[in-house]
Amino acid sequence: MLTQVFWAFATVLIGVGGCVGYFYASNLLLDRLFPASASNDAHAIRNLKIQSSVRPWLFLGPALVLLCVYLVYPVIETLILSFQDKTGSRFVGFDNYAWAAKDTQFRTSIFNNFLWLLVVPAACTFLGLVIAVLTDRIWWGSIARSLIFLPLAISFVGASVIWKFVYDFRGEGQEQIGILNAVVEWFGFSPQVWIALPFWNNFFLMMILIWIQTGFATVILGAALRGVPEDTIEAAVIDGAGPFKIFWRIMVPQIMTTIVVVWTTITVLVLKVFDIVLTMTNGQWDTQVLANLMFDWMFRGGGDFGRGAAIAIVIMLAVLPIMIWNIRQANAERGGGH
Amino acid sequence: MANIKLSNLNKSYGAVHILKDVNLDIKSGEFIVFVGPSGCGKSTLLRSICGLEAISSGTLEIDGAVVNEVPPSKRGIAMVFQSYALYPHMSVYENISFALENQGLDRASIKQKVEKVAEMLQLTPYLTRLPKALSGGQRQRVAIGRAIVRGAKVFLFDEPLSNLDAALRVQTRMEIAKLKRAMPDTTMVYVTHDQVEAMTLADRIVVLQAGRVEQVGTPMELYEKPGNVFVAGFIGSPKMNFVTGDPAERAGCKTLGIRPEHLEVSASSLADGIPGVVEYTEILGSDSFVYVATDYGMITARENGRTAISKGQKVWLKPVSGYVHRFDGNGKRLDTP
Repeated sequence: MLTQVFWAFATVLIGVGGCVGYFYASNLLLDRLFPASASNDAHAIRNLKIQSSVRPWLFLGPALVLLCVYLVYPVIETLILSFQDKTGSRFVGFDNYAWAAKDTQFRTSIFNNFLWLLVVPAACTFLGLVIAVLTDRIWWGSIARSLIFLPLAISFVGASVIWKFVYDFRGEGQEQIGILNAVVEWFGFSPQVWIALPFWNNFFLMMILIWIQTGFATVILGAALRGVPEDTIEAAVIDGAGPFKIFWRIMVPQIMTTIVVVWTTITVLVLKVFDIVLTMTNGQWDTQVLANLMFDWMFRGGGDFGRGAAIAIVIMLAVLPIMIWNIRQANAERGGGH
Repeated sequence: MANIKLSNLNKSYGAVHILKDVNLDIKSGEFIVFVGPSGCGKSTLLRSICGLEAISSGTLEIDGAVVNEVPPSKRGIAMVFQSYALYPHMSVYENISFALENQGLDRASIKQKVEKVAEMLQLTPYLTRLPKALSGGQRQRVAIGRAIVRGAKVFLFDEPLSNLDAALRVQTRMEIAKLKRAMPDTTMVYVTHDQVEAMTLADRIVVLQAGRVEQVGTPMELYEKPGNVFVAGFIGSPKMNFVTGDPAERAGCKTLGIRPEHLEVSASSLADGIPGVVEYTEILGSDSFVYVATDYGMITARENGRTAISKGQKVWLKPVSGYVHRFDGNGKRLDTP
């Protein structure tokens, strides 16, 4: 334990120190190579110009190199892998994609991912919006918001473990320890194996992500709602609009860019959903999703790099357009969209 | 047609007492201006009439009916906000039509009304634009259009010109005056801290200080017969001079008020004149201001055109007879003997 703490500490120290050292030393070198205090003025001006055009690249350099090594290179390598056979030794063209199109597991995954995509971002954004409004004007509102925000700090695996207990099922005659089954039994119905009920079990898994992400939506949308000018709301009151109309016609449209950013951020997250499915069902009972399927083929029983890579590329292609839109909206918002 | 009657109106936020026993009778079709220093409660008073602020005690009547508990949209009022409060995501057309839509009017009559108002305010070419694509003056007109289209009996303006630049402010001020003439039956209540707006627009001015009504009267009444020291100092620019001590005692009062424009400045000694030394002068072309240090404090005098008096000169100041204001120890006006 102590050694881990020591190394963690040392890593931070070396990392931060290294960064500072790099920026300082590279800047110093630049100043030496092109001194601004050159003997004649024309020279000095030229050197200053060189300095200011080189410096950004110098400072961006490490980040760009790391991005290339850890992002660009893997993408290219995955793309190549997806056109090769299971060991990555023979070019097979689009065979892996053709296989995927026919594979039932892959089709189930696409269907399930689509379900997740429809339900989770919409539910999180809607609940976030409603909670943000409801908690805005009451004294315990910020306490409520903090509580709703808390699950965001829990890892997906941790959250899944918590919810495993919620959905837990015990055989006939035994006492139900899962709260859902306990409640169901209390109402006089018979307990169910919730996570093994095909189709509906998808929604029980989605519930976990909604539980985690609603806090995120609440906080961001709450901040946006506070930015809505008070006088536009007062003007609407005088114009005779009721509370619902004020909310939907005056407040929501004014925070539309933020809603889109929240929605797309959660969408991207949903497309990558993996941990929850792995922990809860491992894709059994028709709950498979793309990321878990990829993991299966890449590293577990499947052992087929080509197919795993093909699925990874499919996920990436699905995420890409949403990501681009998300970044554009976020930029528009920061640039004062109005 | 709507008269507004405020009786013993009070407004507090917790322990903070903002409006104190305000009594006011606004006649139908009158243009009333609330004026006072910042924090005097003038905006709160306007918002209470409007219904955006609840009244703590007392009554507010519009057209003889007590409307304390009536929601803003049912009071027959329209409000123009300082920031215009246009809905940024709606076009000019939608901004103007929103209230009509809420009243449940059919599309055809909404269209007809909006177009009529747009025509009147020269907004027709901009109906499809969003507020962000309009100039400050155009936004202001949309805000006024939104008020007009509802056919409200009472218009409330909350410092509507303070976001405009000086030139546009003068122009818009005249447009508001024109608007009032075009709608003689509409009662208008206008809040400002700018006394020029108050003097030029108002039928009657209500001067407020610390949540109390100091005086109500026509612009000239306030100028010629300010009821107390506060009103005397607030109305008129530059400020009225207040002199205490010998000259006041000679006039039989505690404080003597003399407007800068009612002072005679002489380079030679005057009987009963107040002697002093010129600190500095401001020459504005049409008139000049002379600031004189006297035994009774700094006194400002206004001279027509370009003054011949220069800095450092010894002068005597004498009020033009019949134009002095006398106040007692409590700052109340004493009638001119």
